[in-house]
Order: sequence, then structure tokens, then C-alpha cells
Amino acid sequence: MSSQTPLIDARNLRVCYRSGKGYADAVRGVSFQLGKERLGIVGESGSGKSTIGRALLKLLPSARITADKLSFGGTDLLAASERQMLGIRGKRMSMILQDPKFSLNPVQRVGDQIAEAYLVHSKASRAQAKARTLEMLEAVQIRDPERVYKLYPHEISGGMGQRVMIAMMLIPEPEVIIADEPTSALDVTVRMQVLGILDTLVTSKGIGLIMISHDLNLVRNFCDRVLIMYAGQVVEERAARDLMNATHPYTRGLLAAQPHIGGSRQHLPILKRDPEWKTEGAGAVS
Amino acid sequence: MMAGTMASSPVTAPVSARGYGTGALGRLGASLARLMRDPSTGFAVIVVAILLLTALFAPLIATHDPILVDLPNALKPPSGANWFGTDELGRDIFSRIVYGSRITLFIIVLVSIIVGPLGLIVGATSGYFGGWVDTVMMRITDIFLSFPSLILCLAFVAALGAGLENAIVAIALTSWPPIARLARAETLTFRNADYISASRMQGASTLRIIGKSIIPMCIPSVLVRITLSMASVILTAAGLGFLGLGAQPPLPEWGAMIATGRNYMLDSWWLVTFPGLTILLVSLAFNLLGDGLRDALDPKKH
Amino acid sequence: MIDVRDLNIALGLGAASKKILDSVSFSVGAGESFGLVGESGSGKSTILRCMAKLFTSWTGDISIDGQSVKTMPPMAFCRTVQMVFQDPYGSLHPRQSIATALREPLRIHRMVDAQDRSEQALADVGLNGSFLARYPHELSGGQRQRVAIARALILEPKVLLLDEPTSALDVSVQAEVLNLLSDIRQSQKLTYLFVSHDLAVVDHMCNEFAVMQAGRIVEIMDRSALSSGMAKNAYARELIGASLAYDKVA
Repeated sequence: MSSQTPLIDARNLRVCYRSGKGYADAVRGVSFQLGKERLGIVGESGSGKSTIGRALLKLLPSARITADKLSFGGTDLLAASERQMLGIRGKRMSMILQDPKFSLNPVQRVGDQIAEAYLVHSKASRAQAKARTLEMLEAVQIRDPERVYKLYPHEISGGMGQRVMIAMMLIPEPEVIIADEPTSALDVTVRMQVLGILDTLVTSKGIGLIMISHDLNLVRNFCDRVLIMYAGQVVEERAARDLMNATHPYTRGLLAAQPHIGGSRQHLPILKRDPEWKTEGAGAVS
Repeated sequence: MMAGTMASSPVTAPVSARGYGTGALGRLGASLARLMRDPSTGFAVIVVAILLLTALFAPLIATHDPILVDLPNALKPPSGANWFGTDELGRDIFSRIVYGSRITLFIIVLVSIIVGPLGLIVGATSGYFGGWVDTVMMRITDIFLSFPSLILCLAFVAALGAGLENAIVAIALTSWPPIARLARAETLTFRNADYISASRMQGASTLRIIGKSIIPMCIPSVLVRITLSMASVILTAAGLGFLGLGAQPPLPEWGAMIATGRNYMLDSWWLVTFPGLTILLVSLAFNLLGDGLRDALDPKKH
Repeated sequence: MIDVRDLNIALGLGAASKKILDSVSFSVGAGESFGLVGESGSGKSTILRCMAKLFTSWTGDISIDGQSVKTMPPMAFCRTVQMVFQDPYGSLHPRQSIATALREPLRIHRMVDAQDRSEQALADVGLNGSFLARYPHELSGGQRQRVAIARALILEPKVLLLDEPTSALDVSVQAEVLNLLSDIRQSQKLTYLFVSHDLAVVDHMCNEFAVMQAGRIVEIMDRSALSSGMAKNAYARELIGASLAYDKVA
């Protein structure tokens, strides 16, 4: 962690949803900081990992978000009005979603969508936006940018769609990117390629990246630091390359439950969930 | 290859809304409670309940005999003796409206019984088979759809003769196409679902698949659609009655009452106002009920 | 046990016709577990659907235990081959209770003791009888998949077709389901045809597997070739290389 002010500083973040008469906690007292690094947030479904991403962008109208501190750069996200958030979303902090089939507008050409992302946040002209779009398409290694510019989302493959998404989210030059399961809908060979592109762009521009995923392998290989989440809390925080030495039983259980190429053919060890892990403030291990 | 991962936390007993129990009756109670939560739907449920009770207890509620002619008492305004006044033959309008509810209910129930199953079967079969079966059935449906319903009703009634039963058949024949189209659209969305494939792999016959797997999935939207169309059924029946082609005198059908009352409207406003308001109220109630049902039956909001 | 010869299927007509499967041939011995791997669009799931007779316009020959599936009587076919689907949320009828879902196949095949058989089927997949009264939306993904397996096994098939049965499940739940599938294969002496895009899962579950690309089998390999990385075909090498890089135990 760098000694500069962190890009994102979250202390005791809590997100609850209305359910019936009461509130259900999705995120319970999560604290973390993000510098110009790649932070992975790993958890199974229901762990609250996606909720954190959306809470940072305040994309949860029906939820109640509280925290001791939730700041982004100099801005207090908790106190920020919707108007201020509009200036942050997309421009300073953007999000890459899972499936380009659903996150791209099906009735608009992809080039136009990327250009629109640029035009919304800058005072450029249409021609400048188009030129910038073509530059971005090349930066994400799309070989024929002119041709791809004119295509519709249903005419491009999954991998290309995700690269279009990356181009769209990076074109306004944000400070932080949140990637929510960016490669889960992609084939294995394409996955590495897309991650490689994301990696190059993020490091070269010094962007902070939060990678949310259920895939421990992916996060381990791609991120610098990893947060393991369970039942809305962070149970372990560790440097990615140190993950093998994880100490929390949940993390160890997750690591052991995965099949590996060349691994034994015996039964995979079952993760035994200890109800203790759910108690709040059970203490994160790092 | 979606990463839609699911939690494996064990689920305990099935959830019931506010302790209504989990049997069929309990589920009904829970559904009603859900319906009543929204004021307009609550209002609709109350009105429909009143309609049902009125029809059921008509002899107890009506103050007079609905078909007894009493000429000296003709065209009396609303008073203590005749709450809604009397018509041109001295018959008590309130009692006629009360007994008219039975006729309205009769029409609604009969039309729904004909239209629901017919539309479901045609639509589900058409959607499941696709190909020429679909084409043929849908073109037949289109033929029925292309006629304005009142005109087609008039044609049928003209062919079959005036009368309540014939009016019901005519209305049913013009109301089933939207249900069929709806059932077909629903079927198309899940006919390739894995659970249908699993049924096929178990050796289920086409009849079994359509009857046990497909039709139950179409029922909620068909139910909503039928409820919504009840309003127009009532209006069409009233229209036919108004034209003298539906219920024949002396049956106290609401539309027929307006038809005859029309001649005396300027001096005796009560002849048309009360039947008219009743039709308005009941149609509105069914519309609101249909809307509320659609929200309540939405599977995404258990 | 399973013998596929020259399986071909194409969609579309004339010039616009696209070959989905191109001369696919392979064999699986009795009691074995054979994997089919490939990327999306490679045709691996299509093979399963052809074998399940969900697609009927294919040419070629598929035989199970010496008998061609085309000539097998339909009822006998259901008692020979069954399938477990990928999406746990789509494979159970949302409006039918688990009891109904398990009873239907028994009813169709006129098998008696429905109650006993249903309870036994659930017990075989590690669920107790209380699940019979529940509905799919009350169960978790892992539980639904177990019910789907129970439903597939209730007709006592010899061959189980598994179409990415664990890709939609959490890692910890996947481990449980994979263990269950291994146990069942041993105890009930079943033959598996296992489709997956995850080579680690295929390595764990299968002794042999075929790599598919664009509707063709490019190589059939033994499990040991995975860890040694020795594939003859270039695409297979690429696929395995990518998976190994991904699976790096740092």
C-alpha cells in the first residue's frame, strides 16, 4: 500500500436492503482502502461482494448505505448528492459488468456507444469523439476498429464485447474502475486475453482497480491484494501471491475445494461452514 | 457460461406470509392479504365481493319483486319506498339491479369458462408445436381477431337469434383470440426450457407436456387477462342488451334497463343513472382487480 | 457402452447451411467417465442433445450397449439414458413440487412404490424426505442440482449425460456435487458423458476426454496428458495451456 492518500477509503461500510418489515444486511462493517493497485474482492454468492461495488457508485436506490467513512479522492460519497454522483460515475469511477450481451445497448452501434460515453463527460465534438473511440478500440487490441465501430452488439463475440466495454469505461479516463465478474461469461482462452488488455491499460494509466469475482484463481493471478468475503464481512485480507498461506478456515476451505489439473482424484474436501464466521466483528485475518 | 453462482446455505421451512400457513387455503389467504394491501385493488376486491354476495343473496337484499308490474307506481323518483325509484312499468329499479347482478355474473362466469380453456389449449398447442400447426391455428385466431367484437356479436346473434344464452356464446367467440395469443406468447418463452427437455426425456407424451407442464405456466397471465376482459364483456353484454339482442324482457339485465330507460331519460333520470353507475362500478372494479392480480401473481415478488 | 460414429448435424438449408457437428466419432466403455471439452460454440452440448434425442435431424450412428438409439423403443430409451442440465434454475418446473417432479417419470413408466422410490432417490443424493413437499424456488442452487440428479436417476438409467452440471454453482457447492457424482457412478455402475468448459473439473471427473473445436473432435486424450501438457493438436495445446496458466497453483 502506498503512503499517499488512498483513492478509496471505506470504514465500516454497511449496506442493508428492505425485506418485508425489516432490513436485511448485505454488507456488514466492511473496511478497506484502494490505492493505485489491483484489489480483488472474492466471495461466493450472497457474500455481498457485488453490493460493495454498486454501493461505491451509489447504484442501489432501494438500499440504505451507512459508513463511518466512505471517501473517493476528496469527495465524501455518503454525503454526495445525486448530482455530484453523476459527475463521478463514468467520469472518475466506472464499472465493467459481466455480460456484454446485457450491458451493451442492443439497438445502438458499439462505436456510437463508446463515443457517447466520451461525449457525456467532455465537451468534445462528434468528430473528436469518433477519433478517440477508434484510438480506444485499437488500445483494446481490436484489429479492425473502423469496421467494428459500425457493428451492433449482437454481431460481436463475447470477448470482443467485453473489450468494447473496457474501451467504453476507460475512455473518460477514470481514476478507479470496478470490474464485476468481467470474465465470467467468457471462454478460458479469451479470458486471459481480456485480462491482459485490462492489465496493460490499468497499469499504464495508474488506475485503481477493484476486481469482484467468485473465482479465486482468477483474482489470485491478476490482483495485488485480495479480500475474501463471507456473509457480508471481510474474513481475510492478504497479498495475492501470499494466498496459499491463508489462515482463515473459510479461505483455506475454498482453496481446498477447487479441483486442479493434475490433482488427486479423491473426494474434494468439503467446506464446513462454521456459524462462528457469520458473527459480526468475528475478526478479519490478514 | 454465466457465473450466476448460488449460495448453498440450507433453506429451512417454506416461507409463509405473515403466518397464514402453507396449505392451499393458507396460500389463498396470503394472496388475498397481498391484494388488499393496495388501495385500488382492495376497493376492487370489495366491489367484486359485493357483486357476488348480492347475486347470491338477491332474494334477501331486493326490496321488491323485480318483474312485478305496478303501473300506478310508474316513474316514481327515488324515495323511502323505492330506493332507486321505479321504471316505466312501476318495477322497483333497485330490486332489478340486484337481480341483474345474477345475470351479469352468469354472463361473466360462462364466458370465462368457455374462453379460458379454449384460449389456453389453442395457444399452448400452437406455441409448443410451431410449424404449420402454429400457422394454421394463428390464422384462424387472426380471423376472429380482425372483426370488431360488437359487430361479430351482432352477426352471431342475428344468426342464432336474440337471447341471453346466444349473446353469451357470441361474446365468448369474440373474446377467446387474445387469450390464445397470450398463451402462445407465454409458451414460446419457455418451450425450450430444460425442464421441458427433461420431461421429453422421461418419455412424456406431447399431451402430458402441454397439459401438465406448459398450461400451468400460462395460467397466471391468462387469469389476469380474463379478469381484465371481464370489464369489456360486461360492456358488450350491456351493449347487446341495449340493442335488444341480449337479455330479453322482462329480465332485469343492466344494459337492457338503460335501453328502455333512454326514452324517459330527460324527465326520469334515475332510470338510466343507476344501471349506468352500476355497470361503471363493476367494470372499473374488474379492471383494477386485473391490474392488482397481475402485480400479485408476478413470480418475481413472492 | 456408448459408440458414436460419424455424427453430423447441420442447421439451415442449402447455401446457408451451417455444420454444427462434423463427423464426430468416439467410444466410451461401460462404467467410464468420458469428458467433452471445448469453448462455447464447439458443439459439445449439441452432442449430448443428439444423444438424448432432443435433436432429431442428425445423421450418423449413436449406439448404447450395442443398440442404436434410433431403433431403441422410446420407453426403453428413457430407462437407458438420462440427462442432468446446466442451469439449476431452469431444470426443475417452477410450479411443481419436488414430489411431483420425481413422481412424473415413475407414473409415465408405470413404476409402483412411487413414495418409496422418491424417498430413496432423494436419499441417494443426500437430501431427506422433507424436500418432497418443497418447491424449486425454496431450494438453493446446489439442492436443485441434487434434485435434478435424483430425477435423472429415478428411472435407473445406465448412461448419464451431464451438461456442465456444476458451472453455475459456487466452488464449495461444486465440490459437494462432484463428490456425489463420483460416488453415484461407482455405486450404481453408471457411464458418464461429461461436458465442461472447465478442464480442472474434467481432469477430476474423467479418465479420458475429447477436445472439440467448431464441431469437430480435434483430439481424444487421456487424463495424464493434461498435466504433462502433451497434446498433439495445436488447438488442444492452446486450450490446455490457457487452462494451466489459469489454474496455476502459485
